[in-house]
Amino acid sequence: MTSLANWRPTRPTRRGRPAGSDGITPELTGAELELHGSRRADTIRMVVLYLVSVGVALGITALLVLAVGHAPSDVFSALFRGSISTPGAIGRTLDDTIPVLLVALGTLIAVRAGMFNIGQTGQLAIGGGCAAMVALKWHGPGPLVLTAALLAGVAGGALWAGIAAWLYTWRKINVVISTLLLIYIATQILDYAVSNQGLLEEPSQSQIGSLPQSQPLPANVRLPHPGSYPAFGVSLGIVLAVALLAVFIVLLSRSRWGVHLRMTGTNPTAARRFGVRVALVASGALILSGALAGLAGGAMLTGEVYRIQGGFANTFGNDGLLAALVCRDRPGWLLPVSFVFGMIRTGGNYFLATGVPNYLAQVLQGLLVLAAVFPPVYLERREWARRLKAARVLALRAAS
Amino acid sequence: MSFSVNASIVISGVVAESTPLLFAASGEYMAERAGTLNISIEGMMLAGAFTGVAVASATTNLILGLLAGVAAGLLIAAIHANFSHRLAANTFVVGLTLDALVLGATDYFATVLKPGAAKFTPVTIPLLSKIPAVGTSIFVQPWPFYLLIVVIPLTWWAIERTNWGLEVRASGENPSAADATGIRVNVRRRQALYLCGVLSGLGGAFLSLCIVGAFNFDMTAGIGFVVLAAVIFGGWTLRGAVFGALLFGAASAMGLVLPTLGTSVNPQLLLALPYLLALAAMSFLAKSHRSPRALAQPFTRGIS
Repeated sequence: MTSLANWRPTRPTRRGRPAGSDGITPELTGAELELHGSRRADTIRMVVLYLVSVGVALGITALLVLAVGHAPSDVFSALFRGSISTPGAIGRTLDDTIPVLLVALGTLIAVRAGMFNIGQTGQLAIGGGCAAMVALKWHGPGPLVLTAALLAGVAGGALWAGIAAWLYTWRKINVVISTLLLIYIATQILDYAVSNQGLLEEPSQSQIGSLPQSQPLPANVRLPHPGSYPAFGVSLGIVLAVALLAVFIVLLSRSRWGVHLRMTGTNPTAARRFGVRVALVASGALILSGALAGLAGGAMLTGEVYRIQGGFANTFGNDGLLAALVCRDRPGWLLPVSFVFGMIRTGGNYFLATGVPNYLAQVLQGLLVLAAVFPPVYLERREWARRLKAARVLALRAAS
Repeated sequence: MSFSVNASIVISGVVAESTPLLFAASGEYMAERAGTLNISIEGMMLAGAFTGVAVASATTNLILGLLAGVAAGLLIAAIHANFSHRLAANTFVVGLTLDALVLGATDYFATVLKPGAAKFTPVTIPLLSKIPAVGTSIFVQPWPFYLLIVVIPLTWWAIERTNWGLEVRASGENPSAADATGIRVNVRRRQALYLCGVLSGLGGAFLSLCIVGAFNFDMTAGIGFVVLAAVIFGGWTLRGAVFGALLFGAASAMGLVLPTLGTSVNPQLLLALPYLLALAAMSFLAKSHRSPRALAQPFTRGIS
């Protein structure tokens, strides 16, 4: 019997398959186990690969900086200093983490149910707009208005994702496409609202040529923000976001809803047989993700920026989306990953001082996301190639 | 203004807005038939638009610029294809990341390099350009416009009438069966995506070099997604995709044309119109919802 150690690839026939490989040998599992590396080796390989990919991403960023004639070390130290070197900087980073975390949490839930919501930017914009509407138009007691504004944000985001959910159940319109297209409609609606005095635009006194924007929120409808810049300070939105994260981590892993969500995402047909109301669970997850994006908009408005403009959503929706995708269905990673996204955003604001455009932050972020996507899929592919080899060996053995 | 002048304004607007969409839609059609719901198309177009202008204004050679735009689209496609169809990374994850990456990178380089203006001059086709209304708007165009006459039929022929196209379609419909008959599914998918990159890069470069004549930040502003919608709206036929691209192109042209004709319409509504129309059209008109069955599903040959 040939041992695996001295197995040599046979000369491939057409399409690279050795003769006699039928690929349905039952005792394959034995060889599969034989060929599995040890768990520890896998972990080490994964860690090394992550380090290498992140290194490559940072290297490319450094090259981009060199290409425009600046020192990469300046840029990276600006990123570090601007984001986590002082308590004040950490506070700012946390402020930027809030919307990213909320959006990412929603995205993870939707993706788990198999709904690929990628329109968070639009849901966030509508949520922010609704929150601004309530916060500026209703002159009631502060805490009440604040709560109502946040709830309006939730409702706005849910409504905007709800359109996509409705189009999906009604006409089977691909959620990816509908949520994407809805972003551009949402942006224009918000733009219309802030350039219309009957809705959100600040009455007169803005200078000519400046972008239309709303009035600032009155002090009593802002989220409490203990501490301010040179010292540590963060909006209470962070408490809200982390609490929601904790609640949903428990719900996802412990509740019946969490199980239904996962079943719907992995195998809707089986889930339906099992008695899960698939359409309801899936559209519910999509709407919930929109609601969280809308809440992110509300929290940004009431906790950080205080007034709304056409470009309010900025790239927070996309950042949250990418953060969730980096986490790959592991909610425990959401907080650290969102924090890193917050770091890049906050620290990126200091790039300009080193002579490099701030847009570099977005490039760095994209490269880091690719660096995070690469190792698992690469190792999966490797493992697959190894198993294919084992299958061939077994098939050859069975044939001889 | 006479009817002929008005018609000519409308038609030029529609042509200008649709042409980039048509190039990209031909590419996206191929990619989708092979089973890639290609979201990075927005990034491909933007990369093409920027690189086109940057190279053309640096070398003062427009043709070189156009080729560089095509190469930029191809580069994005190469990254996407190898992530998604060599490794089995989720195509949406890769596509979205590439979109964000290209947006950041083009803004970065545009700020640093400040590319100047570069624009193709229109070529007047003798005789045909004399046709009233249609003549000046269709037959007085920069020469890359006429590539459409080659690209669209060639796309149709490649997909519908060649062995390669059959293999591409099989890879999009039933990759396992295709694989069992010896078709290299992931190779075909990569090739289709490369072609999509080439055509989308061309579309982007056409936008910047032939219509605008310069690069603006985020100048594609979501038209890549309109192309996606056009292909879906067209029910995954090339004819439908072309019709969709013309329809959505016409919708965005309204934003340019209506003010010229003296009609005042809410500017935000005009900007949102193509997206609204795309959603409405997909809901009400698209009857043949027969997507390639394996659309957006990665393929790895099963072992067991």
